[in-house]
Amino acid sequence: MNNLLEIKNLYIEGFYEERWHPIVRDISLDLKRGEVLGLIGESGAGKSTIGLAAMGYARQGCRIVSGSINLEGIQLFDATEEDLRLVRGSKIAYVAQSAAASFNPSHRVIKQYVEAPVHHGVMSYKEAEKEAIEIYRRLFLPTPEKIGYRYPHELSGGQLQRAMVAMAMSCKPDIIVFDEPTTALDVTTQIEVLAAVKEITEKMNKAALYITHDLAVVAQVAHRIMVLRNGRLVEEGETRTLIKKPKEKYTRELLNVRALRETKAITDKMDVILEVEDVAATYTGHENVLEDIDLVVRKGRTVALVGESGSGKSTLARVITGLLPAIHGSITFLGKELPGSLKKRKKEDLRKMQMIYQMPDTALNPKQTVRKVIGRPLQFYFGIKGKKAEERIKDLLRKIELDPDIYIDRLTTELSGGEKQRICIARALAAEPDLVICDEVTSALDQLVAEGILDLLQDLQNKTDMAYLFITHDLATVKAIADKIVIMLEGKIIEQGEKKKVLAPPYHEYTDKLLASVPEMDPDWLDNLLNERASTFI
Amino acid sequence: MKNVLILILKRSGASLITVFIISVIIFIGVELLPGDVAQTVLGQSATPETVEAFRKELKLDLPPHIRYGAWLNDFIHGDFGNSLANGRPVSELIGWRFANTLFLALSTAAIAIPLAILLGMLAAFYRNTLFDKLISTTTLSFISFPEFFVAYILISLLSVKFNIFPSLAIIDEDMGLGSKLYAILLPSLTLTCVVTAHMMRQTRAAIINVLASAYIEMAEIKGIKRLRIIVHHAFPNSLSPVINVIAINLAYLVVGVVIVEVVFVYPGLGQLLVDSVAKRDLPVVQASGLIFSIAYIFLNLSADILSMLSNPKLRQSQI
Repeated sequence: MNNLLEIKNLYIEGFYEERWHPIVRDISLDLKRGEVLGLIGESGAGKSTIGLAAMGYARQGCRIVSGSINLEGIQLFDATEEDLRLVRGSKIAYVAQSAAASFNPSHRVIKQYVEAPVHHGVMSYKEAEKEAIEIYRRLFLPTPEKIGYRYPHELSGGQLQRAMVAMAMSCKPDIIVFDEPTTALDVTTQIEVLAAVKEITEKMNKAALYITHDLAVVAQVAHRIMVLRNGRLVEEGETRTLIKKPKEKYTRELLNVRALRETKAITDKMDVILEVEDVAATYTGHENVLEDIDLVVRKGRTVALVGESGSGKSTLARVITGLLPAIHGSITFLGKELPGSLKKRKKEDLRKMQMIYQMPDTALNPKQTVRKVIGRPLQFYFGIKGKKAEERIKDLLRKIELDPDIYIDRLTTELSGGEKQRICIARALAAEPDLVICDEVTSALDQLVAEGILDLLQDLQNKTDMAYLFITHDLATVKAIADKIVIMLEGKIIEQGEKKKVLAPPYHEYTDKLLASVPEMDPDWLDNLLNERASTFI
Repeated sequence: MKNVLILILKRSGASLITVFIISVIIFIGVELLPGDVAQTVLGQSATPETVEAFRKELKLDLPPHIRYGAWLNDFIHGDFGNSLANGRPVSELIGWRFANTLFLALSTAAIAIPLAILLGMLAAFYRNTLFDKLISTTTLSFISFPEFFVAYILISLLSVKFNIFPSLAIIDEDMGLGSKLYAILLPSLTLTCVVTAHMMRQTRAAIINVLASAYIEMAEIKGIKRLRIIVHHAFPNSLSPVINVIAINLAYLVVGVVIVEVVFVYPGLGQLLVDSVAKRDLPVVQASGLIFSIAYIFLNLSADILSMLSNPKLRQSQI
């Protein structure tokens, strides 16, 4: 069988800090019909760059320096723009990470589907429209005859992602590049998209490059996997072999499923830090986004608040911190009932409840140094200034495992994502809180970095006996860190209890669905799950 | 669509309030003008008694708020009062001239807006090439020259040297549309030179801004032609800032073209306003001031509504 795509000795450079740096170094790969090649690595590994280079495309600020990109006998490396344009979309298509951003908001979804086949001269508008509806149906989109005539903002994230997979199919290309197509989705939606990917690669006999940072996801769809790091190949192999017998240390680290830490027991005698009783909240005034919320957080323990996007978990955090006053119910913190609104709360109460956010980039002032960021709560809450403050800041930096001499005078923009999140933790820690609300603190981070942050949080809790309210949609994180689990759906708590009770049979129906949707490292997991579902439908 | 209607009604309400506030400001402004109208109109030789009698006739002896109320009431009913200079009804003076002003503004807009958008798109398409820089430099030069300078250059070129167009834009009610258009071509061209740069640069900037979006990258990866990407994918999403800058320029074309009217001796409202200020013909000044403001607010209101309608998200929003 001939290779559809052959890339040899690819070098790509990116322009930053005023000069060209290598970002992809000496990568070679090939792809046969019916085959799915997984590219895996953390951010900065160069996987998206390679995926785009397979189409002869380099993003702004990047350039393909040397190498050969042979697509079905056409050399893309030195092809003219016009030749490249003819290939893109028709012979090789691309599915981007964020469908919401990659659909033009001004045009109906089906118009964007039809565009490529009509302009590549593959078929007429009418034919393309008909095919679009057929493919929407194959990818299990609801009301396939109608859904395409909506604007992108009228579709959900999972629907849009599937509509984009459909769009990539529009010219019947031989190769599709999937660039993290499920990263932005909930676990239950992820399955729908993965099923769509399988449908295309297996039943329609296409080849695909599947790019992701999640080894468990790629194990479900790929035949072979290439592990990348800093633009270089670490290891390559058949999926099953690679997962069973990884050769390189880095691959083993990626494979390492988070070790479950010992759950700390929770008893009724322990000090209650936070008690939320019968809370309801609304944004609009007539529709409640939260209802009947009851929950208790105890000293030195971690409560994980789990749910899909839109389940109200972040809203609950807003209510607890007073950003969104509840319409009824009470919030008792350290034995005192707190006023609903932030403005009416005492400074001391504010100090004892701190928050860490999902996006460390936006949570830190880009114009401030680490010293200033951490020094601010020290001055604000305790009035500590000057030399004393300097000592405290250095002490805090040591606690979050960053060398004070190196980091104290850095601007927050000069830090990596993981370092930024550590600074956010130090800032919360500076206030010496009793309760820290962590809102998806690891979602924006790479797997290994996220693990480091979780370890750090755990370590700090053991030392200081802080309580955590840990908001997340990632069940792997929950398994790793929670003592107690609260599961939310559509603004209500549907189940809560100690971790071992919630995560052991008999499951609540929704908990079961959530748990079943988390991909496992087993390459047969998705097939088994889909078969199981198919049989229950019949 | 129902929600959009409510939103439009709200905006219109706000605009009405703005018009009302402006009418107060205009009235106060005119009140603050130094000198006495009666004295100016009657001249230095008038006896104090005649001046006093004339003041009474003009109701200038009444307190300002009562005069304001009467003026506004009459204005709403279409009675703008009589000119102090020649006693003719203000509406008669203004009506024809305002139509002329609108005629000049619209003819200019008909040339300038398509031209600006086309040049803006081309500049974005050929961004950072010689062509782009050439367009930018040319349009910027035109905007940097004073209007009368551009006007005289055009006159000396197109009407003195080559004798293609008339140098005076004199029109009257009996002229046909064709000859009217021919007569105002030079002032139109002058104004086009002045307003195109602004709109063209905004179009270019808005499109280039959108070109960085993920959906543009997606269109490129789909193998869509560059020109189609600009026109079909980028332009619709950059409409909102473009519409706003068009509205500002249209408003300028209606209210800010006094100099061009003077140069070409065009019988527009701007010239009348300037003359009336010189003559202290207060009813005319007040009425034209208010008409200008209404035109300005109306154009901005239309821009808001149009940019709202151009965005499918807002068009269907559940606000």
